[in-house]
Amino acid sequence: MTIVSDKPDLSEDAPQRKAPAAVKTRPGALAETGSPTLRPPAAAHLSDEQIAELGRELDTIKDDILAKRGASDAAYIRRMIKIQRGLEISGRATLLVSKHKAAWVAGTTLLSFAKILENMELGHNILHGQWDWMRDPDIHSTTWEWDFVTPARAWQHTHNDLHHRWTNVIGKDNDVGYNLLRMDADQEWKPFNLGNPLYNALLAPVFEWGIAIYDLELNDYKEGRKSKEALTKDLKALGRKALTQFTKDYAATPAVAMLTGSGKQALYGTLTANAVRNVWAHAVIFCGHFPDGTDTFTEEMVEGETRGDWYVRQMIGSANISGSKFMHLMTGNLSHQIEHHLFPDIPSNRYAEVAPKVQEICKRYGLPYTTGPIWKQVGSTWAKVFKLALPPKKA
Amino acid sequence: MIRLRKLARAASLLTTPLAPEDILALFNPVFSARQLRGVVTRVVPETADSATIFFRPGRGWQAHLAGQWARIGVELDGVRHWRSYSLSAPAGQDPAITVSDMGAVSGTLVRNTRPGDVLFLAPPQGDFVLPEHPRPLLMLTAGSGITPVMSMIRTLVPHRPDSDVVLIHTARTPADAIFREELAELADQFPNFRVIHWFTGERGRIDFSSVAGLDELCPDWRQRAAYACGPESFLDDAEALWGADTATAEPASEATLTIERFSTKLAGGAGHDGGLVTFESSDREVEADGDTPLLDVGEDAGILMPSGCRMGICHSCLIPLRAGQVRDLRTDEVHGEPGQLIQTCVSAAAGPVNLDL
Repeated sequence: MTIVSDKPDLSEDAPQRKAPAAVKTRPGALAETGSPTLRPPAAAHLSDEQIAELGRELDTIKDDILAKRGASDAAYIRRMIKIQRGLEISGRATLLVSKHKAAWVAGTTLLSFAKILENMELGHNILHGQWDWMRDPDIHSTTWEWDFVTPARAWQHTHNDLHHRWTNVIGKDNDVGYNLLRMDADQEWKPFNLGNPLYNALLAPVFEWGIAIYDLELNDYKEGRKSKEALTKDLKALGRKALTQFTKDYAATPAVAMLTGSGKQALYGTLTANAVRNVWAHAVIFCGHFPDGTDTFTEEMVEGETRGDWYVRQMIGSANISGSKFMHLMTGNLSHQIEHHLFPDIPSNRYAEVAPKVQEICKRYGLPYTTGPIWKQVGSTWAKVFKLALPPKKA
Repeated sequence: MIRLRKLARAASLLTTPLAPEDILALFNPVFSARQLRGVVTRVVPETADSATIFFRPGRGWQAHLAGQWARIGVELDGVRHWRSYSLSAPAGQDPAITVSDMGAVSGTLVRNTRPGDVLFLAPPQGDFVLPEHPRPLLMLTAGSGITPVMSMIRTLVPHRPDSDVVLIHTARTPADAIFREELAELADQFPNFRVIHWFTGERGRIDFSSVAGLDELCPDWRQRAAYACGPESFLDDAEALWGADTATAEPASEATLTIERFSTKLAGGAGHDGGLVTFESSDREVEADGDTPLLDVGEDAGILMPSGCRMGICHSCLIPLRAGQVRDLRTDEVHGEPGQLIQTCVSAAAGPVNLDL
């Protein structure tokens, strides 16, 4: 490949094009063959050939879904958007007369459901590009903005790029504890970690603000990996987004409700709905990678990773939640976390159909497939939060 | 209007991050903050494989001039496809397109469109429009090339008794000739309009190799402003004839020919041959092979490419395609339509590719 020509720039005052400042580090794409420096213990019994075969099987599963994807999927996401918007306006409208207790309960419930659906099944999945194939600018990862404090673009970077690429690699995937909690025994213990359960309990109801701060990547800035300009830009974007979010729920809605004498109640309603959504999202997301049975990885285990190894890491680093169809919907199908991590950009309504095939593959290759009801998975993550608050026992 | 805008801004305080239109769309599909839409009001079959689709556009549409075209977005199995169609309705009336079934998108439009369906739209455009000052006109059309000209005839003939229009329309058979009855009625009713149907199934193509054929059909063609619309070869022949005639005319001829071409597609190479990649805003051209991701191609050329996971999962590297086709390195599928956002980290050039970066 050679550069053939530079179209001449005839305008005299055109700025001089700068040469790229330095050789940009290009994270290596996945290796074609071979194996990582160290294969994770749960997959140590598999040969390179077996891992390659497993990769091909999973590729086939994905190809099957992509071939089937079509009008019915498009109708599904449009129906979900309609339902969500219906819940949103009816909930908010009901809160306008929330001095009546029944109206408060109904309005808060509707709005809570609306916000949960909006963040999980719509926002998270659309921002992953799961619906980009429709080429509808209204339902697209590059245009979508969500009802969550962190700006969609900021979240897409830390989540889609960093977390999904480096899933559970200690030191690379900051989602392991969000720089706040000690969530893995391989993370060094500090006295600060004694507060682990307290921090987690405080984080849950204000989860969206925690994520917003996390997405600023303050550590990267402190350690010189993020420029001041980039931080300022992110802070401005967050400021704008936070202001509109805050105004909507805590100023505009109560202000309109004051017309019926329901101002205070409406404010409590929106506060409650946001808290309910935050606690739920926090619980679901923690169930994705922290329950018992999920593995974390060292950087050696990623070096030289092939596509098959990458798939294996996604499967043994994630955990599902079992339950009803309604529960799956309320988690935005993140209850199929394993399938989501294998195929982050297939439409969410297809995960349920993929799950049994993935489970069968795990069984056949002797790999763990972690799943359980929500109470069990939540309990398991909290147990970890408590356990890791304490320093490791000396051997 | 200003008050309405203020109201919308106030309402958006309650609907953010959505726009009030996104909520109104629950009740009326034409509302959208982001894209122009229209609701189909009527579908009228024209011939066995063509139909006229009338639609009511949402806010943001502008009234069309006779002869203009619009981009229409249609969904095929959940995926949006855009095509350009000439508007056949007269200027000043609700827009309509007349579509002939020639492929997957036009076929769906002709066969599966029902009143109430939503079409995605871009405002009308095009310079194939009537002259500013009245002049005698000659229209030369072939097949579905009649559509923009029909809009001109409908606009001009019934309302301007001083107009003078001759239409020569070629179609394969009488049954294939779109608008045949309406044209005949117009010709009956208005002496200032003459229509000549030429059926290629019976007489072959009109001979454009010399002026003799044209002299016979319309002896005063040199005094007329001519408009032509139809397939590529038809237009090439007409253009050649007018070109040759004006070059040799004594005294200088005032004959003008305005033509409307159907858009031509850039041919994308198949297989793994790669091609010339043009980064349009960056003004760079790079020869790329068919196996290197466009992301790498761009970075090697020093272009600031958006990027993320480099393995096709995070969609951080999307860039709009302007022209050409790309090959998905994961599936080998060759795809691409103008405007489509492509994942540069897993897409390679399949023939010449133009990117909007």
